[in-house]
Amino acid sequence: MLKTFKKGNNVTRLSLVIFGLGNLLRGQIGKGLIFLGIELLYIFYFIEYGFSALEGLFTLGTQEQGWVMDERKGIEVLVNGDNSMLLLLFGTLCLMIIVSLFIVAKLSLESAYLAQESVEKGIKPISFKKDLSLFLDSKAHITLLCLPIIGILAFSVLPLFYMILVAFTNYNHDNQPPGKLFDWVGLDNFFVILNNNSPLGKSFWPILTWTIVWAIVATITCFLFGLILAMWINSPYVKIKRVWRSILATSVAVPQFVSLLIIRTMLQPEGSINVLLKELGLIDNALPFWTNATWARISIIIVNLWIGAPYTMMIVTGILMNIPAELYEAAKIDGANTITIFKKITLPYIIFVMTPYLITQFIGNVNNFNVIFLLTAGGPSTIDYYQAGKTDLLVTWLYKLTVGSKDYCYASTIGILVFIISAVVSLMTYHRTSAYNNEEGFQ
Amino acid sequence: MRAKARIKTCLSHIGLTLLSVVWLFPIFWVVLASCRKERGSYTSYFFPKAYTIENYRRLLFETDQFHFAKWFGNTFTVAVFSCLISTIFVLSVSFCMSRLRFKMRKPYMNIAMILGMFPGFMSMIAVYYILKGIGITQSLLALVLVYSGASGAGFFVAKGFFDTIPKSMEEAASIEGATKMQIFTKIILPLSKPIAVTTILTSFMGPWVDYIFASVIMGDNYDKYTVAIGLAKMLEREFISEYYTQFAAGCVLVSIPISILFMALQKYYVEGITSGASKG
Repeated sequence: MLKTFKKGNNVTRLSLVIFGLGNLLRGQIGKGLIFLGIELLYIFYFIEYGFSALEGLFTLGTQEQGWVMDERKGIEVLVNGDNSMLLLLFGTLCLMIIVSLFIVAKLSLESAYLAQESVEKGIKPISFKKDLSLFLDSKAHITLLCLPIIGILAFSVLPLFYMILVAFTNYNHDNQPPGKLFDWVGLDNFFVILNNNSPLGKSFWPILTWTIVWAIVATITCFLFGLILAMWINSPYVKIKRVWRSILATSVAVPQFVSLLIIRTMLQPEGSINVLLKELGLIDNALPFWTNATWARISIIIVNLWIGAPYTMMIVTGILMNIPAELYEAAKIDGANTITIFKKITLPYIIFVMTPYLITQFIGNVNNFNVIFLLTAGGPSTIDYYQAGKTDLLVTWLYKLTVGSKDYCYASTIGILVFIISAVVSLMTYHRTSAYNNEEGFQ
Repeated sequence: MRAKARIKTCLSHIGLTLLSVVWLFPIFWVVLASCRKERGSYTSYFFPKAYTIENYRRLLFETDQFHFAKWFGNTFTVAVFSCLISTIFVLSVSFCMSRLRFKMRKPYMNIAMILGMFPGFMSMIAVYYILKGIGITQSLLALVLVYSGASGAGFFVAKGFFDTIPKSMEEAASIEGATKMQIFTKIILPLSKPIAVTTILTSFMGPWVDYIFASVIMGDNYDKYTVAIGLAKMLEREFISEYYTQFAAGCVLVSIPISILFMALQKYYVEGITSGASKG
């Protein structure tokens, strides 16, 4: 961009301030007018909303809602105060609009420079119609990406950015707009959560430990069991393979919220499993599937196996069919037995293909909201934790803090910490795997 | 040797049968519960004393408290529209990332990856306030936007698939003067059936199985509920004893179409994931 600025003449440089000037003066009326129109919109936005939004972002509101003496009427009236939450949201939006302003300015400069180049070479600058047709060819990516990017900005970037900012405020259950204001507090929330002596810290560390144990155990058990199932059904001793696979795949096909809600009721103390076991005379007292912390944790892992293992099985079955037959033939000629073939060919190949999948699974399990929330809702509850139960993961705790106790600032802080965990794990493992270092290995 | 093989075959099948029983047990039980004549949530016996299809009839035609048929329609509408939008978004983004080369390609891919690492529920409240700002909370449009709006960030599997399509075809086409857009619609799209089916399937199933976003956005507007929140509502303390058997019937009715869809398209599903994963 600097290069373009240096090489451009004064008209081109001025296009950085007056959008489209370079295009207008060089005969590209349509393009120039569009740029100019966009600039007018920006000016209108900033005068009308933008500057006050920026100011609001810094102060997060100064006027608290309350009763103020109205001199004229002689009574106290309720004055609507500033709403810190909305101020923060509009401030965030304004920051994004400022970024977009810079991008448009850059585009204007570049477009002016292109027009200048054509004029210097003595050719007529590209016509509006021709320019538009480029959006189907060399600029097709702009056409195709335009709507998806707007969607991502509106429904992913803006909300996330907003919530990240909330982590640096004291937006908790004591400071709820519109009644009260909240304010910037820097890194305080992180200190509170990471501090082992605060009530939040006392909940955070055990929940973090359980989250990581859960993610590792759930990923590995599903992978191993799925692998065993796939190999088992694939063995020459099994007939009607398709039928077995379909039966096992039913647990994937049935919507998760249905199967999880059903299993939750089945494993209640008065639920059907306990009833059945009692009828069979195996137990006298109901088994505490959800009411005892250790039982609940193990039950969750087993139920997760029921849902997750067939999924791995389907994928492994697919991979087994893709392994080049020559590899097996060569191994057989060399006299390798079944176990050697499995260890030297099948397993490395499966791990090679599935490593990225396993990493995604691990991250997915750290964020596995459905299984925990629908099965136990975090319970059995405990007074040791702040707003959480013994099987809560960080994400379900985050949900309870937002929807339940409205401690948005702590929820956002936890969200950022979960992000850091996911990012570190995936970067570390991804860089070490053969899939990354040795991309051509099996191709 | 022959006898040994026979024993192995036998044991394998016995094992698989046992496993299948365990696997189908919850499904078998919910069908039983949906046909149970006695009301109430929990019974002190396993098999119902009498069977009936009354639960299904009441679920579908009684509308005083809950309106299941309407929920079903709501979910279907949301699923169709969000599936259309996400499929278009995902396929066009994947095409750009896999086949076109432009300055913002790498940054876009990195940003999408970073966004994916934040827990999805973190932004939920902010999304809710944005929708409230536009004034469309408690509407189906809001749900469609939430499910499909940011779908353009989830392109990695589809991109991996597009990467496996040989370059030679589009090179030939572009020599003959095809534009990039024509290469996308005329060459790449027809070749990407497995991944298109996977994308359609996953995005169509999303609204049927999501509970969290729907419950936050819909609040107490029973009329606009999707089946997932509706059925979960039936399990709440004030409804469970009256509606438990109807809940089971609803579960069966929702599971049947989704399962059939899944089974029918399973082949494409696996194909899409394995080919995407191996190159992704």
